[in-house]
Amino acid sequence: MRSMINAKQLTHEFFRRDEEGNVEGISVALDHVDLDVEPGQFIAILGHNGSGKSTLAKHINALLTPSEGTLIVDGKDVSDPANTLDIRETAGMVFQNPDNQIIATVVEEDVGFGPENLGVPTDEIWQRVEAALRGVGMWEYRSHSPNRLSGGQKQRVAIAGVMAMEPKCIILDEPTAMLDPDGRAEVIRVAHELNEKKGITVILITHYMEEVVGADYVYVMEKGHIIMDGTPTEIFSRVDELIAHRLTVPQITLLAHKLKMAGMDIPDGILTREELIRVLCRLS
Amino acid sequence: MFREITLGQYYPADSILHRLDPRVKLFGTLIYIIVLFVASEPISFGVITAALICIIVISKVPFSYMTKGLSGIVMLLVIAGVFNLFLTPGIPIFKLGPLTISDIGLKNAAIMVIRMVYLIVGTSLMTLTTTPNQLTDGLERSMRPMSKIGLPVHEIAMMMSIALRFIPILVEETDKIMKAQMARGADFETGGIIKRAKAMVPILVPLFVSAFRRASDLAMAMEARCYHGGEGRTKMKPLTYTAADRVAYLIILLFLAGIVALSILL
Ligand SMILES: Nc1ncnc2c1ncn2[C@@H]1O[C@H](COP(=O)(O)OP(=O)(O)OP(=O)(O)O)[C@@H](O)[C@H]1O
Ligand SMILES: [Mg+2]
Repeated sequence: MRSMINAKQLTHEFFRRDEEGNVEGISVALDHVDLDVEPGQFIAILGHNGSGKSTLAKHINALLTPSEGTLIVDGKDVSDPANTLDIRETAGMVFQNPDNQIIATVVEEDVGFGPENLGVPTDEIWQRVEAALRGVGMWEYRSHSPNRLSGGQKQRVAIAGVMAMEPKCIILDEPTAMLDPDGRAEVIRVAHELNEKKGITVILITHYMEEVVGADYVYVMEKGHIIMDGTPTEIFSRVDELIAHRLTVPQITLLAHKLKMAGMDIPDGILTREELIRVLCRLS
Repeated sequence: MFREITLGQYYPADSILHRLDPRVKLFGTLIYIIVLFVASEPISFGVITAALICIIVISKVPFSYMTKGLSGIVMLLVIAGVFNLFLTPGIPIFKLGPLTISDIGLKNAAIMVIRMVYLIVGTSLMTLTTTPNQLTDGLERSMRPMSKIGLPVHEIAMMMSIALRFIPILVEETDKIMKAQMARGADFETGGIIKRAKAMVPILVPLFVSAFRRASDLAMAMEARCYHGGEGRTKMKPLTYTAADRVAYLIILLFLAGIVALSILL
């Protein structure tokens, strides 16, 4: 099967310039990154501030182009400007700040913005808008002003705006960073639903460990490198390594790890409360 | 203090006027403004008044909403009225000390005040019955011929609609910044005009920084959603004329013809 996203030795350098525009220095935001995502996967990317997550996401959407290496999205090379619109249609992007990505003054018109740009006929725009808004559970709010919605609702509208373009892949760049716990849960649930029901490839960038748990595969980034990758169970089995990289571990995983250290017979990489309960019941 | 700004104050109601195509309303408003400045005879103003009353009744918008805009220009009206009244030469009809009111002065003052008031009431009638989006759509479509001479019509309309979306957000932000600075002892209320203007500088700096950050974020979000200008773009809510719109055009033209005929005949 053709991979959805394939990065080979992907490198991106930002030039820091002084006031006259002379190059002062180079910061390497992505340093020879290799990555492969298959269609229908739910991928999570973890990492601290400045580790290069957003830079990677912007490449997948052709908002940035590689300085070195290649990135192929659904068979198309992002370095070729002729592919830009196709790639943006294939891989939609949801950003961190809900206020700065909603364009229209009415919810339904915002969701229709993408299809309008693609030149979709009017009737079909309406069908897509309805399907997208129903998909994220915001159909009742279609004629509301985005200014009066909660953060979680705004992000769901933003997701619907991408869904209406009928992408094969959706990249969420810290979509929950500005939300309260309820809003966060809402957005993550919608992302999983889209992945399961519509088979859309999801790339979730986050620094909340809890949000990583349901993913198929996890990449951990630091200073432009991928330092760890594997299934959530594999990643969270390496508790000491994670802690060494100053990454927090979900509370349940940490608890299980501590119990194991204390001598109990518990496997590595426990991710959910249910799992831990099951293991503990079996012990006694 | 900035909360009172109401841009594009739309009054939702179900009236024929609300349902008309925005292009018709824009055209009607244009004709109305022209007529207002062409008319000079009492009979013409009578006809205009009758038409205005009809439209106000049809619109189902409470009259008080239309006069809201007037409170802002009361001073202007009074000053302009007084100057016209006392300083226009002509046959004196009333004397009070050094002040004289001439017949032409009286007429000019009356026409001036009527024109200003009608202008405000008429144009707010349009914004009250048309949503900001319809308005920008209507402008874009009506001005489309201008794009042939190089006017970026689509871009202007897009800028207007984005501005309408972001004004409330920026107003809220201004409020927040002011409160944050007031909490740290900034004083925006006392002192002369210069002192107060100086106090605004620390607000403008963070406001501009944040506005530019928002603008750059928004531009990126628009690009990510395949925005590439007006070319090849379709419309979710395209404007189409109905029978009512055609009748409205006819009525507007008849109205124009009537006023022109009146001013030629008299
Ligand atoms: N436009 C830019 N110009 C110069 N340097 C940049 C630019 N954007 C990002 N960088 C640098 O590239 C590096 C990676 O930034 P990036 O935004 O990808 O990080 P991130 O992992 O998304 O962080 P965060 O969690 O804060 O969103 C950082 O060191 C940053 O300073
Ligand atoms: Mg980021």
